[in-house]
Amino acid sequence: MALKNMTPQELAKMVINGDKLFILDVRNTDEFDDWKIEGKGIDIINVPYFHLLDGVDGILGDLPKETPILVVCAKGGSSEFVGEQIVEKGFNQVFSLEGGMKAWSEYLEPVKIADLPNGGSLYQFIRLGKGCLSYMVASNGEAAVVDAARMIDVYENFAKKNNLTIKATIDTHLHADHISGGRALALATGATYYLPPKDATEVTYQYEPLEEGHDIVVGHSTMNVHPIYSPGHTIGSTSLIIDDKYLLTGDILFVESIGRPDLAGKAEDWVSDLRQTLYNKYKKLSEDLIVLPAHFSHIHEMGDDGAVKAKLGALYEVNEGLQVEDEATFRRMVTKNLPPQPHAYREIRQVNMGKLTPDMDEQREMEIGPNRCAVHE
Amino acid sequence: MDAEKILDAKGLSCPMPVVKAKKAIDDLQPGDILEVHVTDKGARNDMPAWAQASGHKLVKQIEEGNVLKFWIKRG
Repeated sequence: MALKNMTPQELAKMVINGDKLFILDVRNTDEFDDWKIEGKGIDIINVPYFHLLDGVDGILGDLPKETPILVVCAKGGSSEFVGEQIVEKGFNQVFSLEGGMKAWSEYLEPVKIADLPNGGSLYQFIRLGKGCLSYMVASNGEAAVVDAARMIDVYENFAKKNNLTIKATIDTHLHADHISGGRALALATGATYYLPPKDATEVTYQYEPLEEGHDIVVGHSTMNVHPIYSPGHTIGSTSLIIDDKYLLTGDILFVESIGRPDLAGKAEDWVSDLRQTLYNKYKKLSEDLIVLPAHFSHIHEMGDDGAVKAKLGALYEVNEGLQVEDEATFRRMVTKNLPPQPHAYREIRQVNMGKLTPDMDEQREMEIGPNRCAVHE
Repeated sequence: MDAEKILDAKGLSCPMPVVKAKKAIDDLQPGDILEVHVTDKGARNDMPAWAQASGHKLVKQIEEGNVLKFWIKRG
């Protein structure tokens, strides 16, 4: 048997299906502790490749005989080096993750969330490696993309395959955890780029303001994207209601947590906005709305089909961030003992403002690690 | 710093810089210093982690443009 490659797409299918997989992650331990592949069927261990330069004899007892073994490293070189040695020891199903964690971080898996009236569709693009979620609203040959990742070719190819013209790209807020593809995708397709004006005070480029009261029509004349001003994660954060059924919450409300107010350095100022949005403004919306957030933190937030979603009413029952009656307690929860901030979040905000223009390698480097946009880890 | 040997691992990608550094340092005497030049950024964390895990001592680490330079004393 030879060592086989596993593509990020093949891995994504296994993660979503909950297939059994044993992962040997050979990156150094700091990187592993910071960020690793998760899945319902996944067992994972970390042995840095530089412990295996003299061979893999020391770890053979830790490897399963029946379950497929996937060796993972940063870029795909060391995993081949280690994987080949495991194959030589007589293991049958040994794979190396093609492109390593770098490629895993960039892979987007599209999942259909719903059919919309008049033949339209709503898709969620799951960035499994980073926990980022973006969306495409398709209607009558046109599409809007919400909170696009920087891998814009994914949306372009998907639109082409489905005979859609991308007319609008929308960011619900100025992102701090990942580099937005919204503006680049708009430039590449001739679409209009929308951003909340209160998050755009320092941007260096032209954009169309995303404002409550100004709906965006996609394709069919009744297919409205309806913005709702919902500050708190950032001062401009704006949610989107689609087809009166779906609430795209951006980084304000997640399935298991709520957005953190500190990534622009203004936690104390924005706490009351966050509280107002979650405990007042959202509360007045229909409980039947399906919440579609811009992030997830854990694989168990994902349903059987891979989609990350929940009813707004249900979240008011179970989401920890929505159960805090006392305002002072809430203030403490969202400003104290927060998880570490996302890697390079200051630089990422600068990039998204147009003030920094790093090359592709630098962009990848900035985006390493989990999103960490929620108050709970 | 006086290195006993200089290893040019520029242009090689992970895991080769560490693989070659191990081979090179195995040929040195305890206390000798190996100087390694690498362009793969993964070495920034991996080279020190390998050195420590193998009982060697990272004496110095600098970056000159795209080149990462390490001085490692054999343990």
